[in-house]
Amino acid sequence: MDGALFTSMLFATVVAGTPLVIVALGLLVSERAGVLNLGAEGMMAMGAVAAFAATHASGSPWLGVLAGMGAGLAVALVFAFLALTLQANQVAAGLAVAIFGVGLSAFVGKPFESVALPAVPPIRIPFIADIPLIGEALYNQQALVYFSWALFWAVLWFLARSRAGLVLRAVGEAPAAAHAIGHPVIRIRYLAVLFGGAMAGIGGAFLSVFYTPMWAEGLVAGRGWIALALVVFATWRPLRVLVGAYLFGGVMITQLFIQGSGLQLDFPAQFLSSLPYWATIVVLVIISRNPNTIRLNSPASLGKPYRPDA
Amino acid sequence: MLRLEARAEPSYLMRWCSPLLAAALTLLAGLAIFWLLDKDPLEGLRYFLVHPVKDLYGVSELLLKATPLMLCAIGLAVGFRANVWNIGAEGQFMLGTVGASGVALYFAESDSALILPAMLAAGAAAGALWAAIPALLRTRFNANEILVSLMLVYVAQLFVSWLVFGPWRDPMGFGFPQTAMFHDAALLPVVLEGTRLHLGFPFGLAVLAAGYVFMNRSYPGFRMRVAGEAADAARYAGFSTRRTVWIGLLAGGAAAGVAGMMEVAGPMGQLTDKVGLGYGFAAIIVAFVGRLHAFGILLASLLMALLFIGGEQAQQYMNLPGSISLVFQGLLLFFLLGSDVFIHHRLRVGRAAA
Amino acid sequence: MNPPAPPRLRLAGIRKVYPTVVANDGIALAVEAGEIHAVLGENGAGKSTLMKIIYGAARPSAGEMWWEGERVEVANPAQARALGIGMVFQHFSLFETLTVAENVALALPGKPPLSELARRIEEVSQHYGLPVDPRRHVHALSVGERQRVEIVRCLLQNPKLLIMDEPTSVLTPQAVEKLFDTLRQLAAEGCSILYISHKLDEIQALCHTATVLRGGRVSGHCRPAEETPQSMARLMTGRDLPVCEHGPAAAGGEVRLRLAGLSHASDDPFGTDLKDIHLDVHAGEIVGIAGVSGNGQQELLRAISGEDIIAEKFPVQICGVEAGRLSAGRRRRLGLCFVPEERLGRGTVPSMSLTDNAVLTAARNARLVHAGFVAFGRARRFAAECIARFDVRCGGPQVEAESLSGGNLQKFIVGREMLQAPRVFVCAQPTWGVDVGAAAFIRQAIIDLRNRGCAVLVVSEELDELFEICDRIAVMAQGRLSPARPAAETGVENIGLWMSGLWPGADGSATETGRAAA
Repeated sequence: MDGALFTSMLFATVVAGTPLVIVALGLLVSERAGVLNLGAEGMMAMGAVAAFAATHASGSPWLGVLAGMGAGLAVALVFAFLALTLQANQVAAGLAVAIFGVGLSAFVGKPFESVALPAVPPIRIPFIADIPLIGEALYNQQALVYFSWALFWAVLWFLARSRAGLVLRAVGEAPAAAHAIGHPVIRIRYLAVLFGGAMAGIGGAFLSVFYTPMWAEGLVAGRGWIALALVVFATWRPLRVLVGAYLFGGVMITQLFIQGSGLQLDFPAQFLSSLPYWATIVVLVIISRNPNTIRLNSPASLGKPYRPDA
Repeated sequence: MLRLEARAEPSYLMRWCSPLLAAALTLLAGLAIFWLLDKDPLEGLRYFLVHPVKDLYGVSELLLKATPLMLCAIGLAVGFRANVWNIGAEGQFMLGTVGASGVALYFAESDSALILPAMLAAGAAAGALWAAIPALLRTRFNANEILVSLMLVYVAQLFVSWLVFGPWRDPMGFGFPQTAMFHDAALLPVVLEGTRLHLGFPFGLAVLAAGYVFMNRSYPGFRMRVAGEAADAARYAGFSTRRTVWIGLLAGGAAAGVAGMMEVAGPMGQLTDKVGLGYGFAAIIVAFVGRLHAFGILLASLLMALLFIGGEQAQQYMNLPGSISLVFQGLLLFFLLGSDVFIHHRLRVGRAAA
Repeated sequence: MNPPAPPRLRLAGIRKVYPTVVANDGIALAVEAGEIHAVLGENGAGKSTLMKIIYGAARPSAGEMWWEGERVEVANPAQARALGIGMVFQHFSLFETLTVAENVALALPGKPPLSELARRIEEVSQHYGLPVDPRRHVHALSVGERQRVEIVRCLLQNPKLLIMDEPTSVLTPQAVEKLFDTLRQLAAEGCSILYISHKLDEIQALCHTATVLRGGRVSGHCRPAEETPQSMARLMTGRDLPVCEHGPAAAGGEVRLRLAGLSHASDDPFGTDLKDIHLDVHAGEIVGIAGVSGNGQQELLRAISGEDIIAEKFPVQICGVEAGRLSAGRRRRLGLCFVPEERLGRGTVPSMSLTDNAVLTAARNARLVHAGFVAFGRARRFAAECIARFDVRCGGPQVEAESLSGGNLQKFIVGREMLQAPRVFVCAQPTWGVDVGAAAFIRQAIIDLRNRGCAVLVVSEELDELFEICDRIAVMAQGRLSPARPAAETGVENIGLWMSGLWPGADGSATETGRAAA
């Protein structure tokens, strides 16, 4: 493989992995608080369409990102109300969010399907972007790529070092005990879910405004679900989310490169396109094989409703 | 001030009224949406509620749409009752269409009466096979069936796409991604003269009845319910978790596969890359709104079919995107989950009683 | 003349209404500085609810609370702690995956650095003789150590009132003595203690004053030192303590349940591994297993019942059949019946009717299934018979399991298992959380079953109960089982010592495991 190809594949891998990093880190935080939000796909779709519409209307991709974040937040708020305030089954509420978000985004996005946005220029970081092979790939990137790295460090610090992170982990582990020593479980879970929604919205915005940039029904293409699987794969640890997301980015990009390379393979394009989905299944199997890995690492109260007894 | 107060006992009345409340709230939300879109809300309602059932043909179309929904939903309900979360019925449905189409295309020259049963068996088997993947991975490797079954939806879609663009494409089809039209012997007979309503509808009703008997009367169904309500109690009683997962997923897969077979052997008459119509996802909502109960699923599938047809009508006559029906489906599930709070709680006015 | 100082805590007219029950009604009590005050009552008398109210974890429906002469309303536990109220919970409020220091940090206001906190933890634990290591993870601690963490966590906040909810159920008799020393030291330093218990001897040994609750109301105040256990029991239950009829065991019954070198690694990463367990239970005898909870009893019961399948066949033998690899259902068909510790969610399905819950385990033995279909008529009659014969007070076979009180539900489960004519009957915590009347009924039923020739194994944390009904008693500690001794030839002291893993013939690790169990 020559250097230029390596650089462009690395560049593309990072770009493809970035929405997964952002969304999965958001989901990780809400899952560490004990809330399983299966609605990631819907929150991403809403974030994508809102960001696209706002960018289209205002001309500013940053307003777009803000709008995407707001849309993700709004959908997450509906989920939180159902799952936390009304104690609905979290699986059902998450599915509702997924179905609703995908449907509503398709509905409100209809007028934008034939619209194109100008590409957002990348931000080049002086000097380090000149490093051979990797400089151009890593440090001449979209701003949201840098954001995803900052987010990674922030989540890492928050969970491992901050008192608020300690409280959040405690709530995810044993909500009744956390309540007994005086922590507002429901409020903390609300915040965690909203954070997850905001990040899913930003991840969606990255897809529609920076990555493609366009809007089409089905744009998210299962990335929300893949992000959910990534959190399991990462055994709820931020560093592994980062690694996993780029692995997936690599799988997506490799199959695109092979399809685009004009190589006459005896392999149908559809089978290549299904690789990321098979890869998701494979990593789930690998990581879940040992039940203790999951039991030791997953937040003990994940997915279980909790109502303080008052 | 309004306040929620826990009920001493869950309300049976609310358990069945909450879907009605949810439907009513969805209706109100629908009016608001039409109003926001500057459309006449009453006209919208007409297209969604009145138009689809204004004549016998309309009713037959409604029943036709409800057929795959009730089939998928009763299969899913078997799993959901046992906390086996198969959300990949859409993919299993598509595999069912593939299995059935394979039989129809292979025996394209034959007009044996056995073709339809063979298609039915192939559809059910293919759907069950697709569902067996998450079942196997869950029981052998503890992999989450929600994510696996969902991933397989995307794979199934790509698989169908490969078939109709590649080996199964109709050579006479002007390059469209579709198979040849099926032979008459591979099409389900119409049961109501002058409509498209086929044998699948009565068959669907029979499957609903079978589902009821299995879940509410049989001992395996009882064990599934115990597994869903209290996993530790099932383990204590000695019910096999693996069997629960397998039955839950295979029932869902086979039922969705049958629904797929009825779609290609019914209104479509061929396999195309547009075969994934969202029935598999909508069936999740049908199962919940129908309270995972056969009779409830019958009513819910009719309601959902109404939303599907209403969406088509709104697209055709009101110039709205067809995805409006997805919005209504999502809203319906939201409102249902919200209304369910009244099963265990009641609304009180004023402050806590002293 | 100066008025006397107001009591540290005074309650007046406290009432708490839950949707199904009035848990507290018109409760009044006062606790002085430095006083150890017992709150005494049967299970369900409203003790825990009252403590939750004082600690701000539940809000009273009516009533007043006075703290050092000031009227206060405690809205949440944080506010209670700010006043100087600390609570040690019966079901621990610790976080397994966090370290001791992190657990303490979560309960303290502000953000003390963990190293500073570790120093303070060590200080307090030395001062009060409560050894804990701040760096260890909670899941690696024994139950006794966890309780010490809870107490240290409270003490770091310099409480003026410490609430202890049933603290001794997780301790060996020797460890109870040490805990009492600590509590007396605290009281001498001016801290008030509210001590919740239903164990009369402990209250007599420790407490200055007592408030007795019955059915959510105060049935009396007393000074335990001036009372007899009988007089306090009458205050508590409103009648004399019932006594079981218990004859000697018939000798020479065949072995019905044999554990032959049972070892099993726990499925739960935080569980206890079973190590080389030997035990024979004969027809016509009751064998009891004592021990501090968390020493492998749960794992042992699962391995016997078949909820956990073990690697080999021979270590579990039921009626002569090597059953180690048989499922729970197969073992039932061999004549094993089992009453688990958790009644809701394991022993019964909470949301299902008693009829359905009869089918749960009696399907085969009582022939409630016919040709793959549930025979609901037969099941209803079976449930009705169980309700009648075992005095289950409920609305009938159609009511949901979760609507029954703890004692009635336990009677239903015990009845359901006994009506299947078991050859081996295994029962975990037969009377845990059950009122005195139902407890006596259940104990008598177990004895009667043994008199009919059944082999009975009882696992309990209540030593008194084991000595009341058992013919032989063994002790579990750190996943090992002691030899079984005839109950008449041993005593509470001796068994208490064994609970630390110190029985004759225990291997060299006994001292180490003993320390961990204490």
